[in-house]
Amino acid sequence: MIKMEYYLIISILMFFIGIYGFISRRNMLAMLISLELVLNAVEINFAVFNRYLFPERMEGLFFTLFGIAITAAETAVAIAIIINAYRSIGNVNVTKLNKLKD
Amino acid sequence: MDFSNFLLMRQELSLVAVFVILFLYDVFCSDNTKKAFQPVACVLFALHTVSGFFPASMGEAFGGLYVNSHIAVLMKNILNIATMLVFLQAGHWLKTDESVHKRGEYFTIMLVTLLGMYLMVSAGNFMMLYIGIETASLPMACLAAFNKSAEKSAEAGVKYILISALSSGVMLFGMSFLYGVSGTMYFSDMKAVITIDPLLIMGFVFFFSGLAFKLSLVPFHLWTADVYEGAPTSVTAYLSVASKGAAAFALIFVLYKVFGNIEVVWNQILWWSAVITITLGNLFAVRQKDIKRFLAFSSISQAGYILLGIISGTAQGMTATAYYVLVYVFSNLAAFGVIAAVENQTKGNTSISAFDGLYRSNPRLTFVMMLAVFSLGGIPPFAGFFSKFFIFMAAANQGEYLLVFIALLNTVISLYYYLLIVKAMFIKEKNEHAADRFVTDGYNKLSLILCTVGILVIGIVSCIYNRFDSVAFGI
Repeated sequence: MIKMEYYLIISILMFFIGIYGFISRRNMLAMLISLELVLNAVEINFAVFNRYLFPERMEGLFFTLFGIAITAAETAVAIAIIINAYRSIGNVNVTKLNKLKD
Repeated sequence: MDFSNFLLMRQELSLVAVFVILFLYDVFCSDNTKKAFQPVACVLFALHTVSGFFPASMGEAFGGLYVNSHIAVLMKNILNIATMLVFLQAGHWLKTDESVHKRGEYFTIMLVTLLGMYLMVSAGNFMMLYIGIETASLPMACLAAFNKSAEKSAEAGVKYILISALSSGVMLFGMSFLYGVSGTMYFSDMKAVITIDPLLIMGFVFFFSGLAFKLSLVPFHLWTADVYEGAPTSVTAYLSVASKGAAAFALIFVLYKVFGNIEVVWNQILWWSAVITITLGNLFAVRQKDIKRFLAFSSISQAGYILLGIISGTAQGMTATAYYVLVYVFSNLAAFGVIAAVENQTKGNTSISAFDGLYRSNPRLTFVMMLAVFSLGGIPPFAGFFSKFFIFMAAANQGEYLLVFIALLNTVISLYYYLLIVKAMFIKEKNEHAADRFVTDGYNKLSLILCTVGILVIGIVSCIYNRFDSVAFGI
């Protein structure tokens, strides 16, 4: 059986790749994809902890299911807002969002 | 099936009832009938607010997912009052051509975010807390992007949704490690099993960072000023009081109920973030030219003061925190009510220069604004002085003298920039951008009167503080 540590290495790598992508990407949709990586890393974590450490109760798996649903809602709202921004600036580049600064 | 659990959720149910009625009204009524939308929404919501003050039954529902306690009910009442005042202030803006066809959406989305805040306050499980935070922040992003034709509003929406999604990702990552350490998501069970170990501290730091984004603590504050400036004024007002208040309440409950045993760990984290938040918030507020950005930085430093109450870890600290948020609701909404009135008059100009010489044209509005900034700054006869006093006392009783001293020094800085507004209104001559004499609409007037009464009365009537004190709990 695969050791738990390997799953955790994967999930932590995914999390930080996601954070790196969120910081370095200039395209709003690419930023959103990076956010998905972050949230999926979390869901792997929950499932793995539940399966390996506490297999008698299902809390982690339930959290994963709820997490997937809420993440989907989050993405839908984010895409709607990005489309709205695209209508007003004609671009999905975050560097064009520069009206608000002092 | 046993439905008795739902009796504990009386406030949530009545909020959902208000939401459903307004939603059906918005969908099925003709445009002509919908002219009465704001009064109907205000009356229904006022009934809901009043019903919150009646005694309710306490206990746990759904196996501990949802916990109703006396202090949670009081905190929900504070959030209700904030929402009520914002509803009253929104009237003029919702009559403009830009937003008149969307007024139903405005009220219904606001009620959904309020439901999320209720769940945050009443959570007894990390999953419930997460669902509450998401229910509060996703619709809030839609509200920030509410003015579809305005580029600034679209930008504010994008910034808010991306940052809030990132922060909830970081917070969930922390929660997953807390789960890995303890094997449970329930607050009470987790408290029994956690001890100080590295994985737990890592999980806690990630979790705290996620909540600090919502509370806009430094260094997670960079979204605040942009979103506050870009969002419509009434949404900014809501974001600055209700959203921040709910995050503060959720933070205090989690720290006291779950992490009470490991206070040594979070005490240092909160100490440093309180010092940096108050100082940076104040220093950046001094150089702002736009009044909404100015209040954004002022609200960042107010969040730092809220941390002073949380850090003490006693029942007195919880009382002081809840009381501080209540006073902050009245003072900040008085300021935002005046800003909304002036902004409507000057066609969306929110620079501080729009307030130049306001005393000559609108003495009464000037008076309310002056009370609001005096209360925010903490000048004695007003409620803001008492809330700052209690919060300093809570921290000082736990021996945090250095922290209280730094916060006191910062109060002096904050007085300087708050008085800049008063100076602009009273001493400066009127320029061509400034507002002429105008009449505020009735709802906004009512909300400003309520805020003024709150600022003048809450500090002096001691039964309010005693009520909080009788139900608060420490670690």
